[in-house]
Amino acid sequence: MTGGFSKEWQYRTPKTKLLIWAFWLCMVAGFVYCWQVMTAGTIWYFVEDAPRQAADIGGRMWPPRLSYVPELMIPLWDTLNMATLGTILGVILAVPVAFLAARNTTPSATFLRPIALFIIVASRSINSLIWALLLVAILGPGLLAGIIAIGLRSIGFVGKLLYEAIEETDITQIEAIRATGASPAQVLSYGIVPQIMPAFWGITVFRWDINIRESAILGLVGAGGLGLKLQASLNVLAWPQVTTILILILITVVISEWVSAKVRTALI
Amino acid sequence: MTSYPKTWTRPPQIFKHRGWRIGLQIAVLVWFVLAIGSIDANWERIIAGAERGLRFVQGFLQPDFTSRWSDIRSGLIESLTMTFTSTIVGIAISIPIGIGAARNLAPRPVYYVCRSIIAVSRALQEVIVAIFFVAMFGFGPFAGFLTLTFATIGFIAKLLAEDIEDIDESQAEAIRATGASWLQLINYAVQPQVMPRLIGLSLYRFDINFRESAVIGIVGAGGIGATLNTAIDRYEYDSAGAILLIIIGIVLVAEYGSSYLRKFLQ
Repeated sequence: MTGGFSKEWQYRTPKTKLLIWAFWLCMVAGFVYCWQVMTAGTIWYFVEDAPRQAADIGGRMWPPRLSYVPELMIPLWDTLNMATLGTILGVILAVPVAFLAARNTTPSATFLRPIALFIIVASRSINSLIWALLLVAILGPGLLAGIIAIGLRSIGFVGKLLYEAIEETDITQIEAIRATGASPAQVLSYGIVPQIMPAFWGITVFRWDINIRESAILGLVGAGGLGLKLQASLNVLAWPQVTTILILILITVVISEWVSAKVRTALI
Repeated sequence: MTSYPKTWTRPPQIFKHRGWRIGLQIAVLVWFVLAIGSIDANWERIIAGAERGLRFVQGFLQPDFTSRWSDIRSGLIESLTMTFTSTIVGIAISIPIGIGAARNLAPRPVYYVCRSIIAVSRALQEVIVAIFFVAMFGFGPFAGFLTLTFATIGFIAKLLAEDIEDIDESQAEAIRATGASWLQLINYAVQPQVMPRLIGLSLYRFDINFRESAVIGIVGAGGIGATLNTAIDRYEYDSAGAILLIIIGIVLVAEYGSSYLRKFLQ
């Protein structure tokens, strides 16, 4: 028994070894190339200067100006409203899209389903800040643009997770309802809706939590809330106020994350 | 013989007491009215902007790829190179941090240090980080690269640490029983178990980084976001529509490509 076997055991065949080696070579070459393209316009003097700049900004930022907090309460209220109303709007728009996109509930798989999927992908790939940028140009600065931006961005997220939940529903329960002679609307409301309800509330609260984070910065492009104050403070280089706003955003985000985690464990 | 009710109503789930439920409903109603009241929409401005909105929809339906193509091209190249380099550097940094943040591998002090790095990176939003990096490093894709790297560290390191904590301990025990050193333990017991998921996470993060690179350009960190911001500021909605369609297309390709690759690798 002397085939072409080597005495030593090796984990990989020479061919896979070569392929892996070629893969790493490509990655390194690609990285070096991309790095050079990216930094072609970089002014290295600024980069070398960065530690000094960081120390300078840090020195200006501390201590935070706490007397600024009362002035921030109305923007904070606006931010919370923007996130919550935006979530409600997004969920209302996302539910029909999700039912059109789910393979088992869509009325026409060839025509309506691709449209619904495109809506979900388009909404998911464009960040709410970009939506806000567009809507501020169209609707003028203010909370309304922010609410609609948050709503449009939420369609994709809620729609995608909800349609996956609808596709994962248990078929036996739906068939049992259908066997009683229920109409399609009754099948929907007694067979499918009760099954996706926990997922629906979980997704909604999760998205609300994300929306609080996002709405805090939407003001940077003029959509109201805390971001507007942040932009105003940055423009006049009032660094102690910037610190105050950032701390407030951080506290809000931590509280909303805690609330959303509590609600999700209570519901599911 | 007691008479049973003919209809069944579902018992209340969250609040057992009737007063609490009614109170909550009234509170939600009051909040809703107050919140709607605080929107303060300027209808004249909205009607004036309707024409712009129509032009934007038209721009989306008839995107103009050609007249600003050189700007779009340079923005795209910046975004893609920024995404690629920041994903690789971010992963390279987050692997040691992720190992350090795994409860079953790292000593306690290292664990706390790594966990706090992750917490800081996750708590700060990309756009806010980008504002600071632009202030420190000047405008351009270098600040964007640093922002995305910073955000990648929190994401990958956290999920990697959780994955390492979930590994099958018996395999690690077997390697340990052969007298392996700590490095050999990582290399032969942990790495094979977490590798498929790490590759999946990296591809997913690449996708997220591209989407984020479109956003941080708005605050001056280079990339396609800066081009988009300029297009909207100039009211060139046909070019803006073209840029948005390109972003959607690339995200689609990245998403399907990464899900295909993940299936192929597992």
